[in-house]
Amino acid sequence: MASVCFYFQVHQPQRLRHYNIFDRGDNYLDDYKNAEICRKVANKCYLPANKLMLELIRKHKRKFRISYSITGVLLEQLERFAPEVLTTFKQLADTGCVEFLGETYHHSLAFLYSKDEFIEQVKAHRQTIKQLFGQTPRIFRNTELIYNNGLPPIIDQIGGFDAIIAEGADHILGYRNANFVYRPPTSTKLKLLLKNYRLSDDIAFRFSNRDWSQWPLTADKFASWINAVNGCGNVVNLFMDYETFGEHQWEDTGIFNFLRHLPQAILRHPDNNFKTPSEVIRTYPPVDTVDVPYTISWADIERDLSAWRGNSMQENALAELYRLEGKVKNTENAGLIDIWRRLQTSDHFYYMCTKWFADGDVHKYFNHYNSPYDAYINFMNVLDNLDRSCSEAILKKPQRIYELSAERQSKTSNDNVVNSLCFSERT
Amino acid sequence: MKTFMLGWEFPPFISGGLGTACYGLTKAMDKLGIKVTFVLPKGTGNPAGSVKTIGANDVRTATPSEQFTNTKFRVISSNLKPYASVGSHEHNYSYGKILLEIPDIGPMFSPDNYTGDILAAVSQYAEKAMMIAGVEDFDVVHAHDWMTYPAGKAVSCQNHKPLVVHVHSTEFDRSGEHVNQTVYDIERMGMHAASKVIAVSNLTKETIVKHYGVPSAKVEVVYNAVEHNGDGICHIPAEKKDKIVLFLGRITMQKGPEYFLAAAKKVLQVVDNVKFIMAGSGDMMHQIIELAASMGIGNKVLFTGFLSGEDVNRAYKMADLYVMPSVSEPFGISSLEAMDRNVPVLMSKQSGIAEVVTHALKVDFWDIDEMANKMIAVLKRPQLKTNLSKNGFHESCKFKWEDSAMKVKNIYEEVIEQAKSKEKK
Repeated sequence: MASVCFYFQVHQPQRLRHYNIFDRGDNYLDDYKNAEICRKVANKCYLPANKLMLELIRKHKRKFRISYSITGVLLEQLERFAPEVLTTFKQLADTGCVEFLGETYHHSLAFLYSKDEFIEQVKAHRQTIKQLFGQTPRIFRNTELIYNNGLPPIIDQIGGFDAIIAEGADHILGYRNANFVYRPPTSTKLKLLLKNYRLSDDIAFRFSNRDWSQWPLTADKFASWINAVNGCGNVVNLFMDYETFGEHQWEDTGIFNFLRHLPQAILRHPDNNFKTPSEVIRTYPPVDTVDVPYTISWADIERDLSAWRGNSMQENALAELYRLEGKVKNTENAGLIDIWRRLQTSDHFYYMCTKWFADGDVHKYFNHYNSPYDAYINFMNVLDNLDRSCSEAILKKPQRIYELSAERQSKTSNDNVVNSLCFSERT
Repeated sequence: MKTFMLGWEFPPFISGGLGTACYGLTKAMDKLGIKVTFVLPKGTGNPAGSVKTIGANDVRTATPSEQFTNTKFRVISSNLKPYASVGSHEHNYSYGKILLEIPDIGPMFSPDNYTGDILAAVSQYAEKAMMIAGVEDFDVVHAHDWMTYPAGKAVSCQNHKPLVVHVHSTEFDRSGEHVNQTVYDIERMGMHAASKVIAVSNLTKETIVKHYGVPSAKVEVVYNAVEHNGDGICHIPAEKKDKIVLFLGRITMQKGPEYFLAAAKKVLQVVDNVKFIMAGSGDMMHQIIELAASMGIGNKVLFTGFLSGEDVNRAYKMADLYVMPSVSEPFGISSLEAMDRNVPVLMSKQSGIAEVVTHALKVDFWDIDEMANKMIAVLKRPQLKTNLSKNGFHESCKFKWEDSAMKVKNIYEEVIEQAKSKEKK
């Protein structure tokens, strides 16, 4: 018996506008571009895909079940630029067949840099999801499936979560496969759901690749691969970007038709079914412990942090950003804290990746900058100006409040020392 | 395969990228076993008498035989000079330092000088080239830039061999809007007489197709490369206090020196410990020196005049950033040279090299704010500088003259084949 567990990542960053060293002012976002891309992706992917999911759930009488993780930064943009997408997500939520997962509101790398900030963002996201969709996330997925043994204790501390989603990387699984529920060595309560990256990537990356020996991929062929899991696994975790449907794989590749026929092809085998992540962990007990001392992610072939922390520009930008934490929070200025958080979205650092740049690949496609160097220059200009604004805001603050927050500041910095001990280089 | 090559610059006697390109390409073609007869003008007539002329025998003796085994140099006495400038660039190659002072032919845009003396020299060069060709044996004629096109066409007709013209720059690059009609006509004639036109970039190819009416299919792009000096480590003198931003090239309209100054002025509003070095000479030199003074940044902008040999290397080594703000640059070998020497590069988007290089900063030559923004970023952020120089060095290594020579060889084969099938008909 194999359960198919779909989780779709739904995210669009809030891109920065061109900001040069001579610019001043706190208008950092490129609203025009963000709106344009948000509407484009809504029309090509979110709207048609949501419509299809809704149809499939109805058609298969609730036997088709899926889950989403939608970032706070995208939800904000949808509200402003494509509210009809939110409506359809709400309709999906109302079917009872759709689970919403928890993550950091800002799709950030805070887990690697600041525990306090990380916890605040996870809580903020949980609240937003509850408000919009009427359900409280019970499953956690970290940005880009970044995960190591240090994550479960923090998720335990936040509370309210039953499992974490991570990449089923070969080097952590060894002889085992990703088709079972596992548990981390660092938590007694939490479970682990690991991505079956081969089958997931068959859809997400290889679907339209004509050089692939399995091209063209049909629903029946894919269902036969799911059937083959019977006996050596309980669950096939198909985790991918939602933008796979219509944006990464364009409609003319046949991706929507594939999806349309997939549920019936899979359900044709009587032992197969669809489950949401929460249903999976309720149904199947964990079979083993998976130890992850080194940080993994779902990115690139390396499945590590090199897409965001692969060169010294990225390291520098991230270090400078989180170095500002105490100062930004000390201003108690909601606007400044808000923009500082927006700067944490991992995409800003992905744009600075030089790994594959010269070869021109997936990194380039998602990059609105001409080069990783331009991305770094722009980000640092914004950060410089934010730093300056914080200094000004602190000077303007009444002295009394300043003293109070100075106490808090020292408390925060103490915490940071503790954090930096727990969060010391794991990469 | 034998080629009859017509050029007018060859190291160490060069004033720009053309000589460097001819040298690199010929050396690599030589290695591929192509027999090259290289016809060069002889620099004469310097009133100061300090000119060393290069004769065929001189070159042979001055050149280590392992560098050129299949190449023969033939020298014609004439006053050829592509660009008007106060001095000329001389690069120090392994076979010695010889400085050539090419006689000044006056301001480049003066039609009298441009047409008068130069045109006489061009036709004189063509005549002599025909005489040499009469006693040479070859399969194809290869002419580098407009001054040799008349010679190329004449030799091609005389010997019934196909012509390839190699466009390193066009009149539109050199003169912008003020195109010299005679030069343009010669360029056009050469391109149309040729069986194939080689352009150093797609940017140049576009110009050739758009402004010279050459069918796109007839134009092949062969990128230039760089002679790797194998020195991967950047040596910065310990006593250096100021950061250095380098401009290296002819100080002339085409190279955008005034944009460099305007950006420098903006940089100095933000960064103090920086000096701007303008290495090179040219018809705008005095004007640019005065401009720097009137902008109030005269103490921050240093003019070295024309640099030669080891001084060029020293300039690169001192530089924290190399800027090529060209208004129109068919290729831009100097940017590759800087990358090869671990120097971060900021290049104008109006250059051929910007098409193919990724690990460099790029800017529109007219976008002063952005140019300054990027200069400041490199000066202020060590991580940016490190990544650019490290990745830029690796990228420059991908540009090999061997690859360019191989493409040229393929083009030769194609035109020779074409000519043969035409003959049969």
